Amino acid sequence: MSGNRTIKVTGTLLLLITVMALVGPWINPNDYMTMDLDRILRSPSAAGMHWFGTDGLGRDLFVRTMHGIRVTMLVAIVASLVSLVIGVAYGAIAGFVGGRVDAVMMRLVDTLYALPFIFFVILLMVAFERNFLLIFVAIGAINWLDMARIVRGQTLSLREREFVEAARLTGVSAARIIFRHIAPNLMGIVIVYVTLTIPQAILVESFLSFLGLGVQEPQTSLGALVDAGVNQMERAAFTLLIPATLLAAILMCFNFLGDGLRDYFDARHSQ
Amino acid sequence: MSLLDVTGLTIRYGDDTVVAGVDLYVERGESVGLVGESGSGKSQSALAILGLLPKNARVEGSIEFDGQQILGESEESLNTIRARRIGMVFQDPMQALNPYLRIGAQLEQIILSHGLAERDEARRRATEMLAKVGLPDPERQSRAYPHQLSGGMRQRVMLASALIAEPDLLIADEPTTALDVTVQAQILDLLEDIRDNTALLLITHDLGVVAGYCEHMIVLERGRVVDAGPTTSLFAAPGHAHTRTLIAAAPRVDRGGAPAPVSASTILSVGDAAVDYDELHAVIDVSFAVRKGETVAVVGESGSGKSSLVRAVLGLVPMAAGRVVYSGETLDGPVETRSLGGRRDLQLVFQDPVSALNPQMRVQTIVEESLLVHEPALGAAERRASVVAMLEKVGLEEKFLRRFPHELSGGQAQRVAIARALILDPKILICDEAVAALDGTVRAQVLDLLRGVQQESGLSIIFISHDLAVVRSISHRVLVMYMGRLVEAADNERLFARPAHPYTQALIKSVPVPDPVVAPGRAPLLGEVPSLLNPPSGCVFHPRCPRADAACSDTTPALRDLGGTRVACHHPGD
Amino acid sequence: MLRYTLLRIVGAIPTLLLVIVLAFLMVHAAPGGPFDDERALPPEIEANIAAAYHLDEPLPKQLLRYMGGLLQGDLGPSYRYRDYSVNELIGVGFPYSLRIGASAMALALLVGVGAGTIAALRQGTLLDRVVMGFSMIGISIPVLVVAPVLVLLLAVKLHWLPAGWSETGGLRHYLLPVITLALPQIAYIARLTRASMIDVLSRDFIRTAYAQGLGTATVVRVHALKPAMLPVLSYMGPAIAAILTGSVVVEEIFGIPGLGQFFIGGALNRDYTLVLGIVVFYATLIIALNLLVDILYGVIDPRVRYR
Ligand SMILES: Nc1ncnc2c1ncn2[C@@H]1O[C@H](COP(=O)(O)OP(=O)(O)OP(=O)(O)O)[C@@H](O)[C@H]1O
Ligand code: SF4
Ligand SMILES: [Mg+2]
Repeated sequence: MSGNRTIKVTGTLLLLITVMALVGPWINPNDYMTMDLDRILRSPSAAGMHWFGTDGLGRDLFVRTMHGIRVTMLVAIVASLVSLVIGVAYGAIAGFVGGRVDAVMMRLVDTLYALPFIFFVILLMVAFERNFLLIFVAIGAINWLDMARIVRGQTLSLREREFVEAARLTGVSAARIIFRHIAPNLMGIVIVYVTLTIPQAILVESFLSFLGLGVQEPQTSLGALVDAGVNQMERAAFTLLIPATLLAAILMCFNFLGDGLRDYFDARHSQ
Repeated sequence: MSLLDVTGLTIRYGDDTVVAGVDLYVERGESVGLVGESGSGKSQSALAILGLLPKNARVEGSIEFDGQQILGESEESLNTIRARRIGMVFQDPMQALNPYLRIGAQLEQIILSHGLAERDEARRRATEMLAKVGLPDPERQSRAYPHQLSGGMRQRVMLASALIAEPDLLIADEPTTALDVTVQAQILDLLEDIRDNTALLLITHDLGVVAGYCEHMIVLERGRVVDAGPTTSLFAAPGHAHTRTLIAAAPRVDRGGAPAPVSASTILSVGDAAVDYDELHAVIDVSFAVRKGETVAVVGESGSGKSSLVRAVLGLVPMAAGRVVYSGETLDGPVETRSLGGRRDLQLVFQDPVSALNPQMRVQTIVEESLLVHEPALGAAERRASVVAMLEKVGLEEKFLRRFPHELSGGQAQRVAIARALILDPKILICDEAVAALDGTVRAQVLDLLRGVQQESGLSIIFISHDLAVVRSISHRVLVMYMGRLVEAADNERLFARPAHPYTQALIKSVPVPDPVVAPGRAPLLGEVPSLLNPPSGCVFHPRCPRADAACSDTTPALRDLGGTRVACHHPGD
Repeated sequence: MLRYTLLRIVGAIPTLLLVIVLAFLMVHAAPGGPFDDERALPPEIEANIAAAYHLDEPLPKQLLRYMGGLLQGDLGPSYRYRDYSVNELIGVGFPYSLRIGASAMALALLVGVGAGTIAALRQGTLLDRVVMGFSMIGISIPVLVVAPVLVLLLAVKLHWLPAGWSETGGLRHYLLPVITLALPQIAYIARLTRASMIDVLSRDFIRTAYAQGLGTATVVRVHALKPAMLPVLSYMGPAIAAILTGSVVVEEIFGIPGLGQFFIGGALNRDYTLVLGIVVFYATLIIALNLLVDILYGVIDPRVRYR
């Protein structure tokens, strides 16, 4: 698939899923937390508008799944923004200032890279009682390292480029150099990596939820739904398969989108 | 029957025809030069002969080698021809040798793959070959990795790999373009000495190399052969207008126009400038002055400190010692801390026009940016008008305003860079290898442009170049640098006619002259530039100097006046 | 080379120290102690327990004591499993984790590098696209989806493989966990290998090798393989971390009594010494393996080695 088509197809799919998650609970009469022990583990059907069936507590799975998508996407996007802000700022400073500052800052990144982060996150989640906000911070804190490295490398090489020197020579201000000469040339790669950070954040979130350390009942996320599905899968496989498929589809769309964007920017660069 | 007989060679990528019906032949033992500007299809033709074109290339025509049709042959049968019948040397030995493999192993693999010998014998032959191409201590050096060798030594290894299976034909694609001129002369000598009866197809953009080393020449223009014949007759009477243009555009180091007289008022003076990068002394005690309206050239081989010198003058790298005075004002500190007026008057043009232009900006934005700083009062319309006028001056029409850099050719991009530098009406323009990336004909145009601007506005130019022929054609005065030191400084006429420093003499003698009547001499210098981290004692040139004596390795010669030239040498002379 | 190796080893020490201090502080900053829910202990007993675990000392002193223990390879006692030391618990759990983790890594390297190389050599063909399509799917589907779906399919529905865990089950029980754990890594390594092989094959020195009449197999083996493996080697660090993370999920789903289970259990039960011990243990492991990767990198790339 050519870069452009990949972008269009996956972008459209993601948009559809998002719209569905936003509008779905609103057009379906059920809600995500009402339990009803008379309708436990019903298969998907139009009856009672349980399009995705019901879970072990008789809650409507369609609405729960839509809620799960919302939570998952929200966590992932916020976490990516956190990592974007930290990573870009950190990387750009290291790359732009250069020299000893850069060496120290990158040494720190290398050190952090060697940490088994996920275990620290688990520790955090347990110690601080699964604070919803903390999930964002924790996930963002894991993912900014890659961004920082990439932005730093790019900034460093841009800073040495001759068009930046030409601008310095004539007296163009540092702010203008950063915003007009360096930032636009960083944009492509940053967009690509944000796109690729989102699925990573989703993975971490679902991992935590799966272990019961993520969002708390009755709130839910795709990872939590998969976890619940695993417990019911022998009796009601759909409780696993529906959220699992959606989770995989979302991850795949973001990964393909990131790839497509990379091809697109690469092609533009080498024109 | 010719050794190599190519007829009607056509190469297409999609709808693009990059080689269109090329005919060429090489007789046994003879040397043929294939010349043309960049993109004329020289490399593509050469790669086609060995079947090395990318898979999406569509090739037609006929390639007969020793009577056998080899176009369209299977990989297996081509592999019996490659290396054993036809050897190939590529341009940049740093890229063309495997950096992860010891050089001995790379040579041995060729012998082993062709089943020419067993392992021990292969090793012996590899070492022998390395000795033959002049690698010192080949036993030990065969265990070196390419990055541990100098550029010249790497190209010797490349040559060894092409000749180790004793081919009948050697194809060399710009074998000396990546090398310094004194090393180029050594490699060309070696090529002559070593190939015996091996025929040579030499691909080059340098007419001097063809004139000196090839019996026949073939001229390509945009994928077509426009001229072919014995080198001497083609130079004497070019058959095609393009050949004539090429020859006319090739500057000669052995002849030069008399430099225009210049006013005496000094505009910029640099005293005892030094630049250090940590332990490495890149520039040491260089002093010179630039007068109004003159062109001062700075020449030297790679690493001689030319760029560091001017970058320190501009405040782009810190100056370890020395002072710069421009029109009575002392310039010091990094460029950011200098007065806007001083910055306005000194402008720089870079070597690579592509990386000198921000790929995300349009030509108009690029050229007008400095006006925003220095002429904040100008309105948008006025700025645009002055950009248009400036573009016109450098020979670009208004339609280029909206273009992005990737939509420009190399020559156009360099004109934009010059326009950007000139829009502030500077007093001194510094050109750092500004024409090195350009083709001969385009280079001639850009040089004309610079001369024109200078005559019109009395601009002073500092012209950095490794190309002595170009320097002779454009400069009024010349500074020669070696390992960060100024070794000779003189007027153009004097320096080229009667160079006093042994290095200057060798440098000039090394440049191939684009005229087959002028027979090339042997390479005047042996060895290569030593590491700046570990410079020789006394006169840094003494390990390579034919005139060196005990005093030379002992005491550093100071720069002294010698009637029309300043020389740093104990034994200057003709 | 020796200098390079020593430099790397010395460079790893601060990292390790940082990890230990960070983990220690985090654990001790956590609200709530291990004995909170054993309600209504008489204060003197609580004080006794605290004294026994040195919880009454100031934090820096506790840290020093902990470090002292570490120097002798002692991770201290477990809060929960009163009769066991953390060392003993790791000794019980780690062999399982090691077995599945190492097998998964080996499988991932073998299949990933092989598939990636073939795809690179057949770039643009159907085979290439199939391999790349599958690997994109493999990267995108998380372990926590793959594992249950495979169990559902191969064990619950088809009865080809056992679903649960049994101590005596033998190799068959390892198959599913190892494959599950390896899949995303196979996918990632395949993509990485393909990209880097394509990059290397387009370099000038490969053209030189072809011009020298070496066959494709020789060119790949002698000239391309080593440099093409460098990015894969660099990825080994993150891959090890990913496999450790994944093994927590896999152990949970397949009920394997590995270290991941101990960790989650310890975290939920506030068995802080155990949790701390496992973090320190894993961190040391990761740092050591990263060190090994760094050194190997130097072996392959002469330009790094001689710097
Ligand atoms: N793989 C390719 N796909 C499409 N076009 C190509 C490819 N390789 C080369 N070309 C085009 O073929 C033409 C001839 O290229 P070639 O490399 O033979 O020129 P050359 O005469 O050797 O130039 P130079 O002096 O710059 O080396 C150029 O226009 C180039 O852009
Ligand atoms: S000083 Fe001696 S070594 Fe140096 S250039 Fe003069 S003669 Fe040669
Ligand atoms: Mg070429």
